[in-house]
Amino acid sequence: MELHAFALTTQLVILIVTLGALHQPMGKYLAATFSSHKHLAVERGLYKLSGVEPRADQHWKVYLRSLVAFSLVSIVALIAFQLLQGVLPFNQGLGSVDPWVAMNTAISFVTNTNWQTYAPETTLGFGVQMLGLAVQNFLSAAVGLAVVVALIRGLVRSQTSNLGNFWVDLTRGALRVLLPISIIGAVVLIITGVVQNWGGTDIHTLVTGAQQTVPGGPVASQEVIKLLGTNGGGYFNANSAHPFENPNALSNLFEVFLILLIPFSLPAMYGRMVGDKRQGYTLLTVMSAFWLISTALMGWALAAFAGTGTSVGEGLEQRFGANGTALFATATTLTSTGAVNAAHDSLPPLAGGLAMVNMMLGEVAPGGVGSGLYGLLVLSVVAVFIGGLMVGRTPEMLGKKVGAGQMKLVAVYILVTPTLVLLGTAITVSIPALAAAAPAQGPHGFSEVLYAFTSAANNNGSAFGGITSSGPALATMLALAMFFGRFLPIALVLALAGSFAKQRKIPNTAGTLATHGPLFAVLLGGIVLILTALTYFPALALGPAAEGLLK
Amino acid sequence: MNAYGRQLLTALRFLLCTTLILGLAYPALVFGLGQLIAPAQANGSLVSVDGKAAGSSLLAQPVTGEEFFYPRPSAVQWDAAGSSPSNLGPNQPSLIEAMTTNKAEVATRENVVPGSIPIDALTASGSGLDPDISLANARMQLPRVAKATGLGEATVNELIRENTNNAVLGFLGQPSVNTTTLNAALLQARTNP
Repeated sequence: MELHAFALTTQLVILIVTLGALHQPMGKYLAATFSSHKHLAVERGLYKLSGVEPRADQHWKVYLRSLVAFSLVSIVALIAFQLLQGVLPFNQGLGSVDPWVAMNTAISFVTNTNWQTYAPETTLGFGVQMLGLAVQNFLSAAVGLAVVVALIRGLVRSQTSNLGNFWVDLTRGALRVLLPISIIGAVVLIITGVVQNWGGTDIHTLVTGAQQTVPGGPVASQEVIKLLGTNGGGYFNANSAHPFENPNALSNLFEVFLILLIPFSLPAMYGRMVGDKRQGYTLLTVMSAFWLISTALMGWALAAFAGTGTSVGEGLEQRFGANGTALFATATTLTSTGAVNAAHDSLPPLAGGLAMVNMMLGEVAPGGVGSGLYGLLVLSVVAVFIGGLMVGRTPEMLGKKVGAGQMKLVAVYILVTPTLVLLGTAITVSIPALAAAAPAQGPHGFSEVLYAFTSAANNNGSAFGGITSSGPALATMLALAMFFGRFLPIALVLALAGSFAKQRKIPNTAGTLATHGPLFAVLLGGIVLILTALTYFPALALGPAAEGLLK
Repeated sequence: MNAYGRQLLTALRFLLCTTLILGLAYPALVFGLGQLIAPAQANGSLVSVDGKAAGSSLLAQPVTGEEFFYPRPSAVQWDAAGSSPSNLGPNQPSLIEAMTTNKAEVATRENVVPGSIPIDALTASGSGLDPDISLANARMQLPRVAKATGLGEATVNELIRENTNNAVLGFLGQPSVNTTTLNAALLQARTNP
């Protein structure tokens, strides 16, 4: 499989031009959406029916409590939906889902992870997919948006503990941002060949004489939000490698665009909301640099894979080739998406390792919808703190002091994900009964486990699919990793936002370390890299690095 | 009811209301738009032979006869009721074994040197339903199909050309031959010469 550097570059240029043209208008729209005091008629109806008081400005603890209440209710409802599938409509004859799988799947979709321990075609009918999973695709992404908006409000406001209204932010994220783009995107996907119907077609005599059921379902409507909301849960088992989810190279590029659209627009929203566009541009630069370097490396790693000409290898789809696979694999792991257009398990060790490193960076380049930007903002606090230590001044972030209280929250935030990843991996590989879930021998078996916990704790959802995670033990451990990997960081971010909001704004002086410009961008990028390298290098050495060297 | 209970109730009511909008109205709207704007694609891009639906042009079909082009190997035996890659690691012995078996099979079937077989003919696709093969793979199968169908190499070659999806706009993706539409064209050419 040859890498056509020209073709990869051209596709990258198209993405850069379209995303570059859209990020400021999108950022402007996002900032206006979350700052507006007006409610649409449908929103007023929604608030009335659900008993929400949209004018209430919530203390950060109330904001968090609303978020947790909503997520818990969603998890319970989704578990119940799956367990009762057999007696509910639109089940395509499929019955109750295994309780462990149902629990894992519910937590997976509510945490924006979309780890799939089930094969959709044989487990879930239209009902659960459309009324359960796809709804969470919208809402879990909107939760991410709400959290980052609350954090930015914390930086902007002073002498208050209130961060806005969770229900209003959630509603606007879902109805004003995700829904309109999804409608347009779904139509584009249908035109390229993605299906949207209410059932499969039984073909009695195929061209070749055999029989086949051409699958169907509300696929396009779920596909678009799967990518736009950086969710990643496929309607079909093969995810975006399935021809009905991703029919050709054009749909492939469009899907990568959908993955990146909101995460790359959020820095512009941030810049506007804090009243200093340079802040946004600096974060955007760091995100873009990681994305471009990582895509180039992935392209190179795949091109070095066995194969000649335009013939593709194990786990890849012929129509995408090396370029389309590299673009997709990088975008999906640098964000919290986790959709795949190739079998990551079969990628060469270096490429599989890169996918893991992308997730280990904390998914901040550009990261998931909302979660990418709040992750990078927390890392910015670390950068400010370290920069402050170097110049010997009290560190400040946009006029807010970064003191011991803030740094404690940030330190815990940074430790949460690695702890979940490394602890989960260590427990699994040291108990033979659990380790048997990863069938591959040697370092690749270790990689499968490491990938699973990295993906779960970072709320990514892609997998080295050889692992079997539907058993009670692994389903529970991964569900815990997803749950705590999502909600602990969110709780810490909201607490941080509350502590920033309470402070008075300190005016900038000549000695303040600027949080914009090339110097800060390099400092921030360095911190992202160093934290990842120090934390994960030993684990990577045992997995993909060992495998790459063995060959 | 305390504050926590009220929050949970609000959450439940909110979830039910948004489910109606995002889970029901939205997919129904997309369905309507799809049927209006691109019904053929929305319904599965079906190909027909003699006016009868004979599969989807986007999905591979199981082939058993000498007179058809074979798609790539499949971890699900081209059964569209499921979809899956093999999920075998790049250096796993079982992958190397599977590729060796495929190599022997293809070499016998096509009467070619094992070393000359393009890799896409030996490896399972990401979906198990990939209908596309590389140009080299199609050219390898050309002599066998031409002989079995009696259509002649020039005709079959022309059909390959017609069923090759070249890179979209010249740079997206890569040339690939759609075995499903190619086999349909072969069938058509044999019945109505």
